[in-house]
Amino acid sequence: MGRPALRLRWGRALAPYLLVLPGGAWLLLLFVLPIVTLAITSLQSGDFITGFVFSWNFANYPLGLQIYSEQYVHALEYGGSATIVALVVAYPAAYWIAFHAGPRKSAYLLAVLLPFFVSFVIRTLAWETLLSDNGPLLAPLKAIHLLPEDVRVLATPVAVTGGLAYTFFPYMLLPIYASLEKVDRRLVEAAGDLYANRYQVFRRVILPLSIPGVFAGVLLTGIPAVADYVNQDILGGVGTTMVGRVIEQQFEVNTNYPLAASLAFILMLGLLAMLLVYQRLFGTEEIMGG
Amino acid sequence: MPAQALPRDPARRPAAGVRARRRFRLGSLLLPAYTHLVMLWLFAPIIVMVLYGFNNTHGRLNIVWSGFTLRWYANPFSIPTMTSALVVSLITATLGMVISTVLGTMIALAGHRYHYRGRTILDAVMVLNIAASEVVIGSAMLTLFISASMPLGLPTIVLAQVMFSIPFVAITVRARLAGFDPSLEEAAQDLGASPLWTFLLVTLPVIFPGVLAAALLAFALCMDDYVITSFVSGNTLTFPLWVYGATRYGVPPQVNVVGTFIFVGGGLVAVTGALVRSWRSRRLAKEAAL
Repeated sequence: MGRPALRLRWGRALAPYLLVLPGGAWLLLLFVLPIVTLAITSLQSGDFITGFVFSWNFANYPLGLQIYSEQYVHALEYGGSATIVALVVAYPAAYWIAFHAGPRKSAYLLAVLLPFFVSFVIRTLAWETLLSDNGPLLAPLKAIHLLPEDVRVLATPVAVTGGLAYTFFPYMLLPIYASLEKVDRRLVEAAGDLYANRYQVFRRVILPLSIPGVFAGVLLTGIPAVADYVNQDILGGVGTTMVGRVIEQQFEVNTNYPLAASLAFILMLGLLAMLLVYQRLFGTEEIMGG
Repeated sequence: MPAQALPRDPARRPAAGVRARRRFRLGSLLLPAYTHLVMLWLFAPIIVMVLYGFNNTHGRLNIVWSGFTLRWYANPFSIPTMTSALVVSLITATLGMVISTVLGTMIALAGHRYHYRGRTILDAVMVLNIAASEVVIGSAMLTLFISASMPLGLPTIVLAQVMFSIPFVAITVRARLAGFDPSLEEAAQDLGASPLWTFLLVTLPVIFPGVLAAALLAFALCMDDYVITSFVSGNTLTFPLWVYGATRYGVPPQVNVVGTFIFVGGGLVAVTGALVRSWRSRRLAKEAAL
C-alpha cells in the first residue's frame, strides 16, 4: 500500500472505524438495542394504567403461546405454503430466463421487478378487487355457470396464501435466477457430451448447482411471509388471523406491551430456530451432489 | 461436487438422447409460455390499479367497473389528508434515502479498503436485519421509543427507515466495489492526490452507478414501507398508512391515480437506467473491438 508517511499512519488505522462508526452506531442503537428492550419488555408485568415493571415475568411466554397457538399455526401454515407456492412458480420461470431468454434477460428481470415499484398495500388492495366475490375474475365464471354462485376466494386461506406468495415473489425468483445464471455452461455441455439426457442434465447438474439460490430464496420469502399480517388483514377473513396481526393489535389496541413483546420474541426465536434447523438440513451443498 | 454430479453412465443408448431432445422441443414452447403467464400474474394487480383509476364509480367502493372517466385524473390531489400523507412520505423517503446512502456507502468503503475489527459482527447484524421480520423490528423499536419516552412522529419514522435501509445500501454498493481495482486509488495517491480528492476523482465516479442504484432502492424501500413505519409513526400518516386506513371505509380512486403516477415514475427511472447501462456496455464492447 501507498507511502508509509508517519503522519498518515494514525489516520490509516482510524479510517475504517470512522467510516463504519455512524452507520454502525445507527444499527446498534436502532436495531440491536431495540431487540434488547423487546426482551426486557417481554419480562415485565403490570398494566398500561399503573405502569409496567421489570420482574422476570416469564409467565408472559406460556400465556402468549397458550392464547394464540392457533394464530402461530396459521402463520406457519400460510407462510409455509406461500413459500412453497412461490418456489414452484418461480423456479421454472427463473430457469427459462437464465438459460433461454438470451439477450432479453435483463428486460425480463426488470419486468419481474417493475410491479414492485407500487406500494404493496395498493397491490394487495388490487388483489382484493380481483378476487372479490363479484370481481373481474369470479363474476364472468359465475355468469357462465362454470362456478357455483356461492364460491368465494376472498376471506379464505387460499387468498391469504396467494397474496403472500405474490408479495414476496421477487425474493424467491432473484436468488434462484442468480444461482442458475452462475452455472458454468461448460458443465451442462459436458454432461450432454457424456450422453446425459435433458432430464439427467437438469437433475444431476443444474438442480444441485442452483440449491444455494433456492436456499436463499426460501429464507428471504419464508421469514417475511410467516410474519406478515397485511395480506391476511386485507385478503383474509375472521378465521385466518396470523400472529403478526395479534402482535400489532396487542401493541396498538390493547397496549399490553409485555404480552405483545413476548409474542414478538416467540416469533423471532421460532423463526431463528427453524432457520438453524433448515440450515442444518439443506444448507450444505454435498447433499444433492452424490 | 460438480464433478460428482456428472452422470457416471456413459453406456447410454444415443436413441434416448434423441427422443429427449424431441420432447424438449415441446418443452421449449411450454416454458416461455409459462414464464409469460407468470409475468401476467405479476402485473395483474398493476393492471387493475391503473384500470380502476379510470373507473367512473359513484359509491365508496371502487370494486365494480362502472364506465370510463378521467374525473380522478382531473383532480388527483383533491383529498387533503391523502396529499399531506403523500408529502410526509416524500419527506421521510428523501431523508431516509440521503442518510442511509451516505452511511451505507461509508460502511461498504470501509469493508472494501480496510480490514477492521468487528467487521464480521457488523456483517452479521446487517444480514440479521435483512432477514428479521418486520413485525419484530417494528415492535422492538416501539418498545425502545416507549421506554425512552420518545414522542412518535416524523423523526422516529426517519430513524427507523434509515435503519432498515442501511444494510441494503451497504450490500448494493459493496457489490459494485467488488469489481473495482484498488491499484487505481493507489495510483492516484502516488500522483499526490489527498485521500479526499482520491475519493472524489477516482473512487466516486467508479462506484457512482452502484451508489445511485442503492439510493433509488433505499427511496423505494422507505416510500413503500408499511409494517415498521406503522409501529413507530404515532399519529403521523405516510401514504401507505393512509391508504391502509382508508380500507376501513373504501379506498378512493385517487389512490389508484397516485399509485399509477408512482409506478410510471419508478418505471421510467428503472427503464432509463437499464437502457443507459446496455448502451454503455455496447459502446464499451465496440471500443474494445476497435
